[in-house]
Amino acid sequence: MEPVGKVLVINYEKCTGCRLCEVVCAVQHDGVSNPARSRIKIMKWEAEGLYIPMSCQQCQDAPCMNVCPVKALSRDEELSRVVLDYDKCIGCRSCVVVCPFGAMSFNTIDKKVFKCDVCDGDPQCVRFCEVKAVDYVDASDVSILKKREAATRLSVAGKEAAALLVEA
Amino acid sequence: MPLDRRIAYIDLTTGSIETKPIPLEVRKKFLGGRGLDAYLLYNHTKKGCDPLAPDNTLMISGGILTATCASATARTHIMAKSPLTGLLGSSNMGGFFAPELAWAGFHHLVIKGKAKSPVYLFIHNGDIEIRDASNIWGKTVTETQWTIREELGDEEVKACVIGPAGENLVRFANVMTGIKNSAGRTGMGCVMGSKNLKAVAARGTMDIKIAHPVEALDYNKRFIDQIVSAKVNQTQGTLGTPFIWGATNSWGGIRCRNFQYNQCEYADDIEPERIDEIAEQTIGPYHMTGCFGCQVHCRAQYRIPDGPYAGAYDEGPEYTSQGAFGGETDTPRATTVLTGNHLVDQYGMDNLETGSIISWAMELYELGILTTKQTDGLDLRWGNDEAVLEMIHRICHRKGWLGDTLADGGIPASKKIGKKSFEYLIQVKGMNNLHSDERATPALALNVATASRGSDHLRSRPAIDLYHLPEEVLRKIYGSPIPYDGPLSSEHTAYEGKPWQVFWQENCYMAVDCLGICKYHTTFLGATLPNFEDWTKVLYYNSGLELSPAEIWEVAFRCNTIERLFNLREGLQREDLEKGDMLNHRYFDEPTRRGAPDVVGMTIDREKFRKMVDEFYGYKGLDENGVPKPETLEKLGLDNEPSHLL
Repeated sequence: MEPVGKVLVINYEKCTGCRLCEVVCAVQHDGVSNPARSRIKIMKWEAEGLYIPMSCQQCQDAPCMNVCPVKALSRDEELSRVVLDYDKCIGCRSCVVVCPFGAMSFNTIDKKVFKCDVCDGDPQCVRFCEVKAVDYVDASDVSILKKREAATRLSVAGKEAAALLVEA
Repeated sequence: MPLDRRIAYIDLTTGSIETKPIPLEVRKKFLGGRGLDAYLLYNHTKKGCDPLAPDNTLMISGGILTATCASATARTHIMAKSPLTGLLGSSNMGGFFAPELAWAGFHHLVIKGKAKSPVYLFIHNGDIEIRDASNIWGKTVTETQWTIREELGDEEVKACVIGPAGENLVRFANVMTGIKNSAGRTGMGCVMGSKNLKAVAARGTMDIKIAHPVEALDYNKRFIDQIVSAKVNQTQGTLGTPFIWGATNSWGGIRCRNFQYNQCEYADDIEPERIDEIAEQTIGPYHMTGCFGCQVHCRAQYRIPDGPYAGAYDEGPEYTSQGAFGGETDTPRATTVLTGNHLVDQYGMDNLETGSIISWAMELYELGILTTKQTDGLDLRWGNDEAVLEMIHRICHRKGWLGDTLADGGIPASKKIGKKSFEYLIQVKGMNNLHSDERATPALALNVATASRGSDHLRSRPAIDLYHLPEEVLRKIYGSPIPYDGPLSSEHTAYEGKPWQVFWQENCYMAVDCLGICKYHTTFLGATLPNFEDWTKVLYYNSGLELSPAEIWEVAFRCNTIERLFNLREGLQREDLEKGDMLNHRYFDEPTRRGAPDVVGMTIDREKFRKMVDEFYGYKGLDENGVPKPETLEKLGLDNEPSHLL
């Protein structure tokens, strides 16, 4: 079966902050290197060494879709994404205002809104992220992966707690 | 296009700013980055100019591939006449500044003059503004950057800045960006300080058109696979550069107690695994970070675990800080290394030069050449952690007689201290050696002796010479793009074939410095990493510029020759101990005392060394005095310099 319903999964702890994802995103979509055109963006707190990649969550009940007055945004269930139809878009930027993640951007050069389209199923940010801070996995696998990670942490914590008891 | 980035000329005395395109003929001859900077330096500074006078010219640049989708094109290059050496000043750093400069429209800045009061430059989408810096003067490296961001109201601004050391005209003050990326060598921060230039900030959202985007992406993916598949880079990505110090110390290739020993004993607390453990404990399992577009992520993040700076966040330490504040001073304690690293990062001071000059002072103190009166009571005995950290403060603030004296750099300090102090100073061309000891490795000794900016490992070091690679592998690497069928030896203690390796590496490193790529992405520490053949493709797909491997080699050869011309104009003489391609006598006279069986008891043979230099000069097209022959200049198109094309 063709895998469908994949989603971008971000593990910010793994991000080294290199920003190659921003460059390859812009090169893939616009043929230019320019982070201002990137659909993914690394937010940084350099004084603490914290880097968090931010991108579109492809929401089920997407505020951008709901607010769009001309229905230029819609769900594409095959690729589990929210798609933007430039033929309908009037550039009102309501979607930019309502997106809770800041993932809907406005390109001041071309005067257009733009968003992540998961590169039609081959996201370049994932292709170039060697540390897998950004990954593209089957939606149904995400929670089980998170469960395993959380369980691992619990088991480590459990062992450490047991060790403390022994020492005491 | 990368080729449409401009050059800006900024005169801080008059406030005039002029920008120009960079002609294609100049690009083809010098590409960009360090190579084009060298051309600009030769053309824009007058012979014998005072490095701290307004007429010294400061160049800040990115490489020709900076901010394209070629991997790791993060390097910012800075050049001027050096206030430390009086010769070529040149230094290079990673981080995120150069790409931002390119997105703001520029590849090269040429800064002249001196501002009346502290200023900083703000470069934004083709515009350049000179702004008042009185409220950031005096601030540390990171405070300066955060304050500029606040003032400009933009968290995305990237800046290269000086700290208090640059303001105080410490001759080895560096220029920094981010937490720890440093253009550390040759005192470029001192030049900025002398111009009252506190920072250069950039913010850009201008497109850089990629010539062949699909091919550029595909090739870069291949390039990355090649880079991350190298074991050396995988190790760098987990342990950072401290692994280099650890490995080199294990066989006896590092300096300890200035130049008394070539191995640091009882160093468990600063071994790479220990540093890694501290990073893991204070930051977490994912504690490695990196520069723009790089997959090697060789830089650790840490918090200082204890001591007076406990809890302070920093990055690194690089192997250079391990060597500077652990090995050379014989203070192999993690807290000292991590704190020393943090102090120089905040002050904006070269860790290599700082550690080296402190260890030199410690040896002079041991010998009685420096007295307690001269150290203002500081007990500079070997292994005194507190004294090492105290000296860092004193040098930065020029506090006390010794702090002020050492802040002027090794050779001027040796003249002030007098007696036999100069004989103990491990320097070439006025710049102190890093923490490595090259007595058992003739290739590396030739490299530090002849490097264009003084004793240095990043200009021509054939580091893979230490791997004992089979001759056929060496032939494959060193036999192209220019055919070579002379001797090559797998033995790191041999003299045969080494001059060619140093010559080849010199051109290899110049080429990456012109492209703007990090040296960890080329034949530096890994024998399988990309070089000339791969760069032709990366260059073509990203910029559209078509050069053959041999043509890139020739560009590098040309740029190295123009650096040589600059040094000769400023007084370089072959065997001059202060300004020549010559090593301290201890390399020839004092045998190594520690290390592996084939390392202990070694010196450099004076006569064989001289022959290596002769052979090296021959490859470079220089006469026996190290001056380019007329036919060399003609072949490289440099017979008419300065040509003032730009």
